[in-house]
Amino acid sequence: MSEAASHQLEAFLQRVPYVRFLGMRAELAGDEMTAILPFSEHLIGNTMIPALHGGVIGAFLEMTALAQLSVTQGSAKVHKTIDVTIEYLRPGRAMTTYARADLRKVGRRVANVHVEAWQEARSQPVASLRGHFLLAND
Amino acid sequence: MSSAPPPINDAAQHMTTNVPQALALGMRLVSVEGGKGRMEVPWREDLVGDPDSDVIAGGVVTSLLDHTCGLAIHAADPENQLRPATLDLRIDYMRPAAPRAGVTAEAHCYKITRSVAFVRAQAWDVDPDDPIATVQAAFMLSAR
Repeated sequence: MSEAASHQLEAFLQRVPYVRFLGMRAELAGDEMTAILPFSEHLIGNTMIPALHGGVIGAFLEMTALAQLSVTQGSAKVHKTIDVTIEYLRPGRAMTTYARADLRKVGRRVANVHVEAWQEARSQPVASLRGHFLLAND
Repeated sequence: MSSAPPPINDAAQHMTTNVPQALALGMRLVSVEGGKGRMEVPWREDLVGDPDSDVIAGGVVTSLLDHTCGLAIHAADPENQLRPATLDLRIDYMRPAAPRAGVTAEAHCYKITRSVAFVRAQAWDVDPDDPIATVQAAFMLSAR
């Protein structure tokens, strides 16, 4: 399982150009994935604070959900987002951001996924996402 | 076509030329007027979300929509006294964009109070009446 999961994850991260644009990485512990977004200048939305762009945080949460689904579903295809609700809890500061996805329900066609992102402490999340994803079947 | 094009104010210009994420995505300001703002991101190879189809990533659309909502708030706050912070953003994806197509977004700040702004937005690739995504968002406002 673990080797297959890590293979799926690497395939997802390597294949999607936008993942490289963000500079997103991920680590696996068994089938549990932690997504990592190192801080980079081009992710800034507010230069005064400075803070990560809200859209970047939303995008990172969404890509985390898709990456976790690619690990669990074992499909090389990219699943399609149906809807997402992103809640912003704290400013995303100029430092590394982490995220973990919780697959609340994976049906035959649709998955419901919750994702939470944090920086210095997991108990102080910067944002969370709830979303539905249409599963791609090989 | 006798009317002059709407003035594009400095704050709106600032949102495309001074925000690193907007520059990195190649965002362009299309228009800003009366509580509405419109911006676009041309298609680019490194912004693809699905290499099987060359469709632009949902994350790019998310950034564009969030940014365009901010622009609409500027348009509803002509004296530029308020600084918005996103509270929540709900995005529905109707369909994927066409392969190798850029995306345009228009946002409308339909209600603004001293502390909160409510915004609707949509994004499309070719036809504004055939959106790829719609948005409902709320922003917290603070004095500059």
